[in-house]
Amino acid sequence: MSSSPQPGDASNDPVTDQTGRFVRQPNGRVRPLSPHLQIWRFHITMWGSILNRGAAIGLSFGALFVVAWMVAAACGPDAYATYTGLMGSPLGLLIWFGITVAAAYHLTAGVRHLIWDAGSGLSIKGADTLTWISIVAAIVLAVGFWAALFLSGKVVL
Amino acid sequence: MVQLTLPRGSKPTTGKVHKAPAGAQNVKTYKVYRYDPEVDADPRWDVYEVSADDHGPMLLDALIHIKNEIDPTLTFRRSCREGICGSCSMNIDGRNALACTKGMDECASNTIAIAPLPHQPVVKDLVTDLSLFYAQYDSIQPWLQSDEPDPEKERLQSPEERSKLDGLYECILCACCSTSCPSYWWNQTEYLGPAALLQSYRWIADSRDDATDKRLDDLEDPFKLYRCHTIMNCAQVCPKGLNPAKAIAETKKLMVSPSRKKSEATA
Repeated sequence: MSSSPQPGDASNDPVTDQTGRFVRQPNGRVRPLSPHLQIWRFHITMWGSILNRGAAIGLSFGALFVVAWMVAAACGPDAYATYTGLMGSPLGLLIWFGITVAAAYHLTAGVRHLIWDAGSGLSIKGADTLTWISIVAAIVLAVGFWAALFLSGKVVL
Repeated sequence: MVQLTLPRGSKPTTGKVHKAPAGAQNVKTYKVYRYDPEVDADPRWDVYEVSADDHGPMLLDALIHIKNEIDPTLTFRRSCREGICGSCSMNIDGRNALACTKGMDECASNTIAIAPLPHQPVVKDLVTDLSLFYAQYDSIQPWLQSDEPDPEKERLQSPEERSKLDGLYECILCACCSTSCPSYWWNQTEYLGPAALLQSYRWIADSRDDATDKRLDDLEDPFKLYRCHTIMNCAQVCPKGLNPAKAIAETKKLMVSPSRKKSEATA
């Protein structure tokens, strides 16, 4: 096959590592990289970790909406009304809800990490349980927060 | 670096299918990763249909049966067949395990995928290059370092001191944990990985070893130790039931312990 990597072309090497393990084989190719994410069956703790990373990235974007809120307030009543009208629409509320879920999970996963860093809850059963608790608690927190907002009449659809 | 997909030339293609003979009972299907360094072709998934009645209960029995009776070109490492040598570590049914201690009835899927240890350079079929893994073990200086002169007889420990090594000394260096770890997948040239860190803590926890502060200094690095994000795959897959994540957490605690005496260089 013509797609085999050429010697000395780093862009064709499976990973750029300096360990010398990706040596050229008798067939002229560098050693392949074995499959990883493609074959792995996730444990709940792995989901917990990746969701926490996802929540952190989501919050970085979510912060932009909060900053825009403050910028709108600084620009005067008209801009503020436009922004709150936009973000008070069903789509806007969905964005806020997403931010709330991400913040809640980042909080509960952070508490989970605090417990782990203290050296507790590190058995497989303990870690699985902590992860499930942090996911369920985050959903309860976020839904509860919005239920309170709607019930108090502060937010209406 | 995080690269979620496999590079060009590493993506397995569809390979050969070895059908079970007509009338075979209790047939299991194995999807096995194949790569031949002497043939100019991408890796491939070969499929073997095998009657479970023809061999013993473990995955290694199935692999040996395939090699003996169906396809002698299949390559894998094995030795002790009883979970103490660590040779037959591989990815079975999406999780790392020793083929010799993994029962066929323990697999979640009906078609059992068997692949080499994840995110490693493949030498041939199920055999990966573990030279970096061994170099990392070497780097933590896995031997007793005592300030005391050699005693006439053995160095004594109390039963309590000895019990601190339980769950640490049993490691057989099969690499199931390190190659299960996404942090290790993305940063294996900088991050030491769960196996080496468990071994490091095995000496840190040893009452006879006096090099604890030096060992901790050696781990004072943004990557070597602290790339552990407690994903827990290591403990989840360890075929010996050990918990590298716990050992790493204990090491992290010692890093900030008031009893630690840092060297001039790291202070």
